[in-house]
Amino acid sequence: METDRPDKAVSVVNGEISSACYLLYAAGCLFLGLFSLRDLLFGYSWYLSLPLSGVLSLSFGGGGLSAYFVIILSLLGFCVSIYSVGYTKHSGGGSPWPSFFIFGIFLSSMCAVFYSANIPAFLISWETMSLSSYFLVVSDTTNIESSRAGLLYAVMTHVGTAFIMAAFMVMFFATGSLEFTAIKAGLAGAGGLRSVIFVLALTGFGTKAGIIPLHTWLPRAHPAAPSNVSALMSGVMIKSGIYGILLVAFNILGAGAGLSAAPLWWGVAVLSAGAVSSVMGIMHALMERDIKRLLAYSSVENIGIILLGVGASMIFSCNNLPVLAGLALAAALYHTLNHAVFKGLLFMGAGSVVNTTGTKNLEEMGGLIKRMPWTGLFFLVGSIAICALPPFNGFMSEWLTFQSLIMGIKTSVVLAKTLMLLSGAALALTGALAASCFVKAFGISFLGVPRSREAQAAKEAPAAMLLGMGILSLFCLLLGIFPGYILKLLSGIPLPVLGSLPQFVPGGLAVFGIGSSGVLPVTLLGSFLAGAAFIFVFPLAAGGGRKSTCADPWDCGIQKLTPRMQYTATAFTHPLRRIFKKIYKPRKEVRIEYIVKPFFTREIEYRSEITPLAEAYFYRPLVRALHGLAHFAKRLQSGNLQLYLGYILGTLVVLLVVWG
Amino acid sequence: MEKLQFMLILLLSPLAQGIIKKLKAMMQGRRGTPVLQPYYDLARLFKKDMTIPGTASWIFHAAPYVVFASVLAASMLVPVFSAGGRPSGLLAGGGGFFGMGDIIAIIYTLALGRFFMALGGLDAGTVFGGEGSSREMTVAILVEPSMMLAIFTVAAASGSTNLGVIANSGNFFFSPAHVLALAAFFVAVIAETGRIPVDNPDTHLELTMIHEGMLLEYSGKYLAVMEWAHYMKQMLLFTLAADLFFPYGIAGAGAGAGIGIAAAGFWAGKMLALCFGMALVESTRAKMRFFQLPSLLGAAFVLSALSMITFVMTGK
Repeated sequence: METDRPDKAVSVVNGEISSACYLLYAAGCLFLGLFSLRDLLFGYSWYLSLPLSGVLSLSFGGGGLSAYFVIILSLLGFCVSIYSVGYTKHSGGGSPWPSFFIFGIFLSSMCAVFYSANIPAFLISWETMSLSSYFLVVSDTTNIESSRAGLLYAVMTHVGTAFIMAAFMVMFFATGSLEFTAIKAGLAGAGGLRSVIFVLALTGFGTKAGIIPLHTWLPRAHPAAPSNVSALMSGVMIKSGIYGILLVAFNILGAGAGLSAAPLWWGVAVLSAGAVSSVMGIMHALMERDIKRLLAYSSVENIGIILLGVGASMIFSCNNLPVLAGLALAAALYHTLNHAVFKGLLFMGAGSVVNTTGTKNLEEMGGLIKRMPWTGLFFLVGSIAICALPPFNGFMSEWLTFQSLIMGIKTSVVLAKTLMLLSGAALALTGALAASCFVKAFGISFLGVPRSREAQAAKEAPAAMLLGMGILSLFCLLLGIFPGYILKLLSGIPLPVLGSLPQFVPGGLAVFGIGSSGVLPVTLLGSFLAGAAFIFVFPLAAGGGRKSTCADPWDCGIQKLTPRMQYTATAFTHPLRRIFKKIYKPRKEVRIEYIVKPFFTREIEYRSEITPLAEAYFYRPLVRALHGLAHFAKRLQSGNLQLYLGYILGTLVVLLVVWG
Repeated sequence: MEKLQFMLILLLSPLAQGIIKKLKAMMQGRRGTPVLQPYYDLARLFKKDMTIPGTASWIFHAAPYVVFASVLAASMLVPVFSAGGRPSGLLAGGGGFFGMGDIIAIIYTLALGRFFMALGGLDAGTVFGGEGSSREMTVAILVEPSMMLAIFTVAAASGSTNLGVIANSGNFFFSPAHVLALAAFFVAVIAETGRIPVDNPDTHLELTMIHEGMLLEYSGKYLAVMEWAHYMKQMLLFTLAADLFFPYGIAGAGAGAGIGIAAAGFWAGKMLALCFGMALVESTRAKMRFFQLPSLLGAAFVLSALSMITFVMTGK
């Protein structure tokens, strides 16, 4: 015991320093948030250039789109920092010191990405963001899984960065400038080159955002990271991909300024990517038993929903429908904010659960709401919000998305009309799948009876963690019942598309003139509360039975239900696995050891898994093709000196012919 | 007056249930229970004491209230017989009806109720509750796309998702797109109200239950609240079908009392017709196996997709 003391002293000091640092980050986020809010509300913008050497400089600028994304970052960063004060103390194991330091770098690099105003600044911040998040993902050194996840993440994120760099290089060679504003002017009449840039940027930023099939790092890296980091990665970092797409497509290439700026197929591509990502993302989330992987897949879904709005906006502006284009982009931006809030909240809730139970497996949880009532309440709020149920925030942004997709009927192209209405159906399917997914996630983990000793012994999270989650829960409600103010905020972004947003309605959201419909979430909440009050009072007034007795639940006459007889997460989704077996391609393996065949069993092992589509149909063929190419190249390398001399001769001849 | 039109759904929904039961009994050559039986059932349940499973948490207690309140809140959004309406005060210059009648808001408010009902089923930690929740959510997944696509077609045809606007646009009687959408919507209503062939409302055989499975642990007052909410949801969906596909005879904003009463009469007639349709389907069909449902609901989706494509192609 004697030898433990110095270590303990170090860890206490470490703990104090890390708490102080996280509080500092929270203060920084608060400042940044208010600063950007001011920029956005009053239409300020600023520009800062740091000369490096010669022509090279790093320049940053604020206002508009940047300010909006920084507000999202700082809101979530603030809550996650407060949460982290409790989280790092609570999670104990491992030395926290480098991670809280890197956490700060991660936060500031994301901020720098949003503020970048030229190519070098953007790429340096982008790379810092990727690397710092990589180190945070692998910071759990005891887990081999997390270092493998980290490797995949590092590879995928750099593949994405390569595409982004290619896009920027094309921009630079076409215009000779590194500043975004100058590039924008220079690219105005660049024709086909613009489409090349768009495709490169969509692929690169899509990898970061997690568009299917480029999402594969996401469900591995997010669960491996500590939960406070997952909250930031899912809440904000993947949004930097969305920011990048908006930056390139709308700010630099000027999509949203009519047909001449962006051909129809750009919008169609983004819309299709969104529809596929949303449906497939949530379908995979539904099958997950790992609570953090489930949340990560659900992020893929929400990125898809955001892209539905972005794509719809591009299609509308192609069809010269600026009001609808503004509506659709506003829906996307609104959902970006909302997703940051509720996904951050859910990851933090999952973090509290994982901390106290020591498992990410839903099948080992159960009954947690009695042991962690506040975490349970906050996780429930997040679940309702992410399922787009009123009166929480997810509903309002999905409502706007629905409105814009239905109004796709106003476009002049049959393909666009059909695609947009079908995307609406996909969004409806996504909503129903998400509801099922989160009934499962919340119901299996928090409700019922504990399925393991760890769940039985679970303890409520410390106050700092609850505070972080509580603030976000409150925002889930506020952002849901005051949507008009968000639209007002969005109308401060100086993009031409957002010039004609729907009319401001306090306490509600209404689209006049185009769709003529509206929702008043305040009234909706009011009538909901009135209904609840009525049905609470009615039986009392009717003088009904007031006694209630406690009893065991119905067990069909067997003596006692055990926790293992409850519905499991696997059982909950079994019907869907069966119905959608063409998509899931489930594999099932049952091994039974008998004492006396066939009645008395000693042990039953049941294993079931689904085939991840992207891996089976995209990556495996890709890897196979690469291997094939390598094999082909190997034939050139015979090791024969004469042959190599022959190659040199051949090359010389070709060069002479070409240049001669 | 039109602000209180949701009271019709609140008060008459058990009657609609009673009428369906009576019609079913008549078609099957039985005498059946009195038409007012659902009221008697509710009154009796409200009087009874409750048995609460010891494993349940506060979710179990909250679920009935949330389910009921969400259905009631959704009812307040629906134009029952008058498209004029409710809270105009909050919306300066909004022309009155913008606060109510948005069909996406209605569907998602109902979904909030379903969410909590499924949680209530899982809360006690029993097999049947979990089974009911799992199946309910699965059916919802299969129903939702076709229902929404049918709604989208109608909404796109009248340029709005607002039931008031849809009712007033009146530009779509018996167009092919609307007939197809109606067929899809009708199947969706059958599934959403838990009727044969999707679910059997009269069953107490544990292995086939969906809706009843989730309610298995509920008794007394809570069961009454859940059942009442279910009746209301059924009538609400009937009213939605009437508003979307037969909006003839709905009073406009500022209509007089006489027109209002006539419109309420029209509504009652439509409700009776739908009750008859439901009773007919229930008497002539057998309940399908759970894993045969995808083919029925898939067909509904194909119908609604066809309807949408027809509309896009023909513009009608």
